[in-house]
Order: sequence, then structure tokens, then C-alpha cells
Amino acid sequence: MAALNTFRALARRPVLVAGLLVIATVAAAALFAPWLAPYAPDNQIYDGLSLEGAPLPPSHEFLLGTDTLGRDLLSRLIYGARTSLLIGLVANGTAVLIGLTVGVFAGYFGGLPGGLLMRFTDLMTAFPALLLAIVLAALLKPSLWIVAMVIAMVNWVQVARIAYTETRSLAERDFILAERAMGAGHLRILGRHILPHLVPTAIVWGTLGIATTVLLEATLSFLGIGVQPPEPSWGNIVFESQSYFQSAPWLVFFPGAAILATALSFNLVGDALRDLLDPTQRGRD
Amino acid sequence: MLALFARRAVQAALILLGVAAITFVLLYALPADPAVLLAGRNATPATVASIRHQLGLDLPLPVQFWNYLVNLLHGDLGRSFNQKTAVAPLILARLPATLTLMAAGIAIEVAIGLTLGVIAALRRDGVVDRLVMTLSFVGVSTPQFLVALLLLYIFAATLGWFPMSGYGTPAHLVLPAFTLGILGAGWYARVVRSAMIEVLGQDYVRTANAKGLSAPRVVLRHALPNALLPVIAMIGIDIGQFMSGTVVVEAVYGWPGIGQLAWQAIQQVDIPIIMGVTLVSAFAIVLGNLVADLAAPLIDPRIRAA
Repeated sequence: MAALNTFRALARRPVLVAGLLVIATVAAAALFAPWLAPYAPDNQIYDGLSLEGAPLPPSHEFLLGTDTLGRDLLSRLIYGARTSLLIGLVANGTAVLIGLTVGVFAGYFGGLPGGLLMRFTDLMTAFPALLLAIVLAALLKPSLWIVAMVIAMVNWVQVARIAYTETRSLAERDFILAERAMGAGHLRILGRHILPHLVPTAIVWGTLGIATTVLLEATLSFLGIGVQPPEPSWGNIVFESQSYFQSAPWLVFFPGAAILATALSFNLVGDALRDLLDPTQRGRD
Repeated sequence: MLALFARRAVQAALILLGVAAITFVLLYALPADPAVLLAGRNATPATVASIRHQLGLDLPLPVQFWNYLVNLLHGDLGRSFNQKTAVAPLILARLPATLTLMAAGIAIEVAIGLTLGVIAALRRDGVVDRLVMTLSFVGVSTPQFLVALLLLYIFAATLGWFPMSGYGTPAHLVLPAFTLGILGAGWYARVVRSAMIEVLGQDYVRTANAKGLSAPRVVLRHALPNALLPVIAMIGIDIGQFMSGTVVVEAVYGWPGIGQLAWQAIQQVDIPIIMGVTLVSAFAIVLGNLVADLAAPLIDPRIRAA
């Protein structure tokens, strides 16, 4: 029944279906990169540059053209999908986990520690996020994992606030009071009654947050302090080739389109999930 | 009103203190040692030690932080490691460029967002409405550098309408401001749309229509002003965001604002400048929120009463 409803809801939203398709494509590219990519991502192909040493435009041989070192752009984009999705999942997964832990702890136990945690969360909202990420990434000698952690450090705040509000309102409800009166411990109440209610929040932010994460990774890599070349990431492909963008615009356009399509898809799907999972939010904004 | 203002101001001060503390701890916990960087590769340990002493880096951390705070209250953000000058004037000198860009970016956001949002609300569920709703997602899903480079490619490199980079004339401002404005406009449109839909459903709008007022008059004079409240709040947030969030745009267009200053400082591990910019940005974020909070009751008497 639920499956049928979901299917009907999907049929009414072609934009959402398109988003799911893009996500599936990117995921497939990431999983099957070695089989899908026509060349190795770091292969500086002998014929990959023009006689003058300039990158080649899209052609039959190189579908999306080559980059400034004569590497096949399509292959680098396919391997770049790995980087983007991996960072997206790890960074955002960590952020959601931190956010839920902080929010639930502060909301359920309250008191001085809870209050302090939430004041700290407030404080983090006043922190210029991009600047913080840039400072951390620039000083920590970025690797893929450092970049993911930097992004997680910046992105958990919103989840914490939402989890906090939801836990607070749940904790005061009668069925929790009843459960407590019957002698249930904190672990049981949290595990059986609070956390299950937060699953929709986790799913929605687990999706929406990936869009933010992919964008932030791309921005850091574009500034040269994210994922380091030669490991391909959509952001660092643009970083490496931005000074050629007048003569070789495809080197900016295709990775840019990949970032945009991926982030947009996760945003659209996340928004649709919010509608589906939380009827009270339906039709808002 | 005055009590609210006082409470907000105290909160803001506490948050700024917290931001200063975190930035401080963060930067000194990191592996990069500014004294070593400053001394250069061939420096003897004695030179490094003397530089460390000069900068006060050999004092205990709490003492360093206390000194930092005391100086801060005197408007002293410390001295740049690399440029050998005080940080506060460096930031002040960059402020006009960033503020100009911010004002222009916000003006474009609001102009596009208001127009599209009102049209979408009036033609609810129509083609324009659906387009605006989808475009608002495109706006938050597009990397700034992509729009910046595309605008550069089309309007500067190919058409030659605007200069490639630089600062000084209104022509230099157009592309960077539009980069910020186009991307932000979608979300404004979304917010204006939902506020307008709510307002248009209210009795006094029906009354205005029933009195036979012209549609533009009802929409622009009666409905729109009441739908502007969330826009004010968003402008407040943007003031904070753009103070540091223009790093990418300033980098692409060579715009000499504080984003560029921070970017250069980060590459040289010039900690006093990084801290200064972080603090100024945090200040702008807190101030922006404060202005939005306080503007609401000034604009809308209903909030004042509550």
C-alpha cells in the first residue's frame, strides 16, 4: 500500500523522478567507475593534447574533451563522482550523527549540560561556516578524509537544532511520562520512543545535506584546499583548468554541470521526502 | 522594546566572545607554527624563539587569550604577521569593497526575488509558479564559482560588455553582484511567494478587492507590505553570510574585499588577519540577525504588541 502510494506520488512529480535518475546515474558512475570510464583518470594520453599542447574539445574519441594535461575529461568526471559521493556520504553522515546526538542529548536531558550544548550550537550558527571550513582545510593539509571531517564540523548545526526541538516536544508527551512512570530507563525511552520519531528527520537531512556537502567540497576544491590533484574531484577539475576557461570552456562547464545536477537532485529528492514523511510540512513554503 | 534590545545585545556580546574563544583555540591548536613560518627556512632555533617571544606566542594560552580580548576591546585586532601592520586598518580598508558588493548583491536578489515571488503567488500552480519553485532549488544547488566563471566567459570574455576583473567603476560591479544576486534570488522568490499566498487569503485583501480597488493597487499597496517581513529577516541573514561568503566571488573577479584579504591571509597562515576577518564576519552575522529581529516589531505593530 505504502509502495503504491509512493509510486503515485512519484508519477505526479516528474521533477522528482528526474532527480532520482540523476542520483542513480551518479551512484552507478561512482560504483562502476573502472568499467565505465573509457580511460584511466590519471592517464596522460599521447594524443590527448593538440600539437600546440592545448586541451582537445569534445570529439568522437574524447566525448567530453581532454584537460590541460591531456587526460580524458569524461573519465575524470566518472572517477570524480566517487570522490563527491564518498565525501557526501561520509561528511553528511557524520554531520547528521553529530547533530542527532547533540540535539537528542540536549533535548532529552536538558538541564545545564543541555543548555550549554544548545548555546554552543547557537554559537556555531554565528560562525562564518565557509570561512571556518577554509581555515581548517587550509591549515590541515587536506586529504579526502580531512575534507569530509571539515565539512561535517560545519554542517551538523541545523540537524542539532531540529533534533533538539523534536526531542523536547516528544519528551513532554504523555506516553513518555507513562513509560517513565512504569519504570522504563533512559535507554529504553530513547531507543524505543524518541529515536524512531527522529528517523524521518534523519532521512530528510541525510538527503538534503548531501547537496550542501557536495557544494562545499566543490567550493573547497575549487579554491585549491579541498581534494588534491591528481585525485579527481569535480571541484578540483575546475580549479586546475580555470585559467584556461576562455580557450577550453568545456573544462569548466561539464564538471560544473555535474555538481549542479547532483546537488539539485539531492535537494529536490530531500524536499520531496520531507513532504512524504512529514504530512504537517506538506504545502508549506 | 528597550528590554528586548538590551537582552539581545547581551546575547550578541556573549556569542561574539564565544566566537573569539573558539577561533583562538582552533588556530593555536593547529599544527602550523606561525613563528617557524615567519622565520623562514634557514632560521636558527634562536631566531624562531625570539620571534615567538616577540609575538607573545611563548606565553601560556589563557594569558595570550586574555591579552587578545583586552586588545580587542580597545579596537585592536593585533598585528599581521606578514604585512607588519595592524589588522584593524587592513580590514577597514577592505570593508567598502565588500559592503558595496553586498549591497548590490542583496538589491539584485530582492528585486528578482520579489518580482518572481509575487507573480508566482498570483499565478499559483501555474507555469511561472512551478518554474519559480524549481528555480529556487537551482539557485541553492549551483556552485558560485560556476556562475562566476560562466558570466565571465559570456559577458566579459566573449561579448566584452564588462571588464574581466578589478574594482573601481560600476561596470566592475555588475558581474560579481549578479553572481551573488542570481543565486540568492530563488530563495527570496520562494519566501515571498508563500508569504504572499498567506496574505492574499486574508479578509482585508478580500475587502480591498470588494471595494473595487484595482488589482495592482491591492497587490502592491495592501498585500505586499505585509508579505515583506520574512524578506527583512532574510536580508539580515544575508548581511552576515555575505561578509565572509563572498570569498569565491572575490577570488574569481579579483574583487579587493575582506573575502580576498582572508583568502590571502589563509595562504600565508597570517593568523591575526584570519581571526580578525572571522570576528568581523561573526559580528556581521550577529548584527544582521539583531537588525532583522529588531526591525520586525518596528515594521509590524502586531509583533510589537505581542
